[in-house]
Amino acid sequence: MLLDTVIFYICAIFAVGGAVMMILQRNPVASVMFMIVSLIAQAVLYVQLSALFVGALLIIVYAGAILVLFLFVIMLLNLRGERFEEERPKLGLTTKYGLAIIFFFEIVIIIKQTVFTGSISQSPITVASDFGNVKPVAELLFTKYLFPFELTSILLLVAIVGAVLMAKKENNDKGEQI
Amino acid sequence: MSTVAFLIASAVKVTVIVTVVLMGVAWATWLERKLLGRFQHRIGPNMAGPYGLLQPIADAVKLIFKEDIVPDKAEKVTYALAPIISFIPALLSFAVVPVSDTLTIFDQRIDMVISDLNIGILFVFAVTSLGVYGIVLAGWSAGSKYSLLGGIRSSAQMISYEVAYGLSIIGVILLANTLSMVELVEQQDSLFNWFIFRQPLGFVLFVVCAVAETNRSPFDLPEAESELVAGYLTEYSSTRYSLFFMAEYANMIAVSAVATTIFLGGWQGPILPPFVWFAIKVFFFMCFYIWIRATLPRLRYDMLMNFGWKVLFPLALANVMVTAFLQRL
Repeated sequence: MLLDTVIFYICAIFAVGGAVMMILQRNPVASVMFMIVSLIAQAVLYVQLSALFVGALLIIVYAGAILVLFLFVIMLLNLRGERFEEERPKLGLTTKYGLAIIFFFEIVIIIKQTVFTGSISQSPITVASDFGNVKPVAELLFTKYLFPFELTSILLLVAIVGAVLMAKKENNDKGEQI
Repeated sequence: MSTVAFLIASAVKVTVIVTVVLMGVAWATWLERKLLGRFQHRIGPNMAGPYGLLQPIADAVKLIFKEDIVPDKAEKVTYALAPIISFIPALLSFAVVPVSDTLTIFDQRIDMVISDLNIGILFVFAVTSLGVYGIVLAGWSAGSKYSLLGGIRSSAQMISYEVAYGLSIIGVILLANTLSMVELVEQQDSLFNWFIFRQPLGFVLFVVCAVAETNRSPFDLPEAESELVAGYLTEYSSTRYSLFFMAEYANMIAVSAVATTIFLGGWQGPILPPFVWFAIKVFFFMCFYIWIRATLPRLRYDMLMNFGWKVLFPLALANVMVTAFLQRL
């Protein structure tokens, strides 16, 4: 039990710390790296909740594919930190701090309403032995959540077609100019 | 088994496997140079020790004592981290590969696998997909054009081939109905149950994509020496260079071990002890890798991308569909 707790706290620190560092970094490549750290820590947290499948997917899809694409784009454009520092912030200081304070209180209220109400039972929750495996997840996806699942895939398809369309259009314009 | 016994057993397993893999890496370089020499009518290394067997040690000593050069333009932290990032995933995938049947020592059943995850295959794909970061970051952080081009090529190549790579084993998963590596091996108990015979197209696709994923010839575009000097490796020297070098060979051994487990029946085999069969199959696969390198010329970059998206990807999709259809009949 103790080992679990220690692993949880280490991963929690890395997950939150990575996310914070991702925002604070000036250098886009460093941001991506901190995001990967955060994602891996989150995957470990999923594994600790015996959701192995979700943890593996998080790494395969996000860390393994999407963030490689991020890095690819950053490298292709050869972005280095300096360029961003010249940009003027569009919002004034008062607005920025005001928004930050509002968000902070919102989060405090949400946490207060969910975590500290005592609605979560103190006894450890028992889960089925195959909890988080591929089979139960797939069964839920193809029975109970079939409609949202298909809807998501249609949304992704539309996004792909849109991306192809936009890329093509630009090419055609250039072709006409030449 | 108590927690302490479990921890000790795991530590022993990890130590043994990491040691064996690192030894394997060292002598895989010897094997490659020796075989390449023979393929090209040369003798290959033969001076250090009998048959040149001490050559890897001599190479290691030489590399470690070289000067460690860091370019002025390099992003220092990333530059130092990149070799480590590329080396760790290569070792991680061995965690789910069963090297032998369950042993019984002192009435204790010991699984000859570090961890029998019920998502074993997905774990392998998760960690191998992280390996690309080492190469990409190395290319980016060195501050050199050749390195950057190598890194960009690598990321494009890995994304393209990972799709077909993942799809190529879905046929096996559909037939086996499990994602656990241990159960996969148990299902391949006779020669004709090996998935290489039940999923021949899947095996071919897996091998092609695996060669591309490990950046080996004929897909070694990221370090194409005739156009990019040494690609992402250009600015690296000394121990950092040797880490990349070791990562490449560790990846080859990892892919060979995974291919053996998924398609070639793992440790299954008659007469000889199981782990010997496993070693023989991995050795066969390594020789196959080297044979490919000696035989095929490097692809041109646009050919590589076309091949990945227009040939391998549709074939892998068709394989999944046909397998799923036949499975339901």
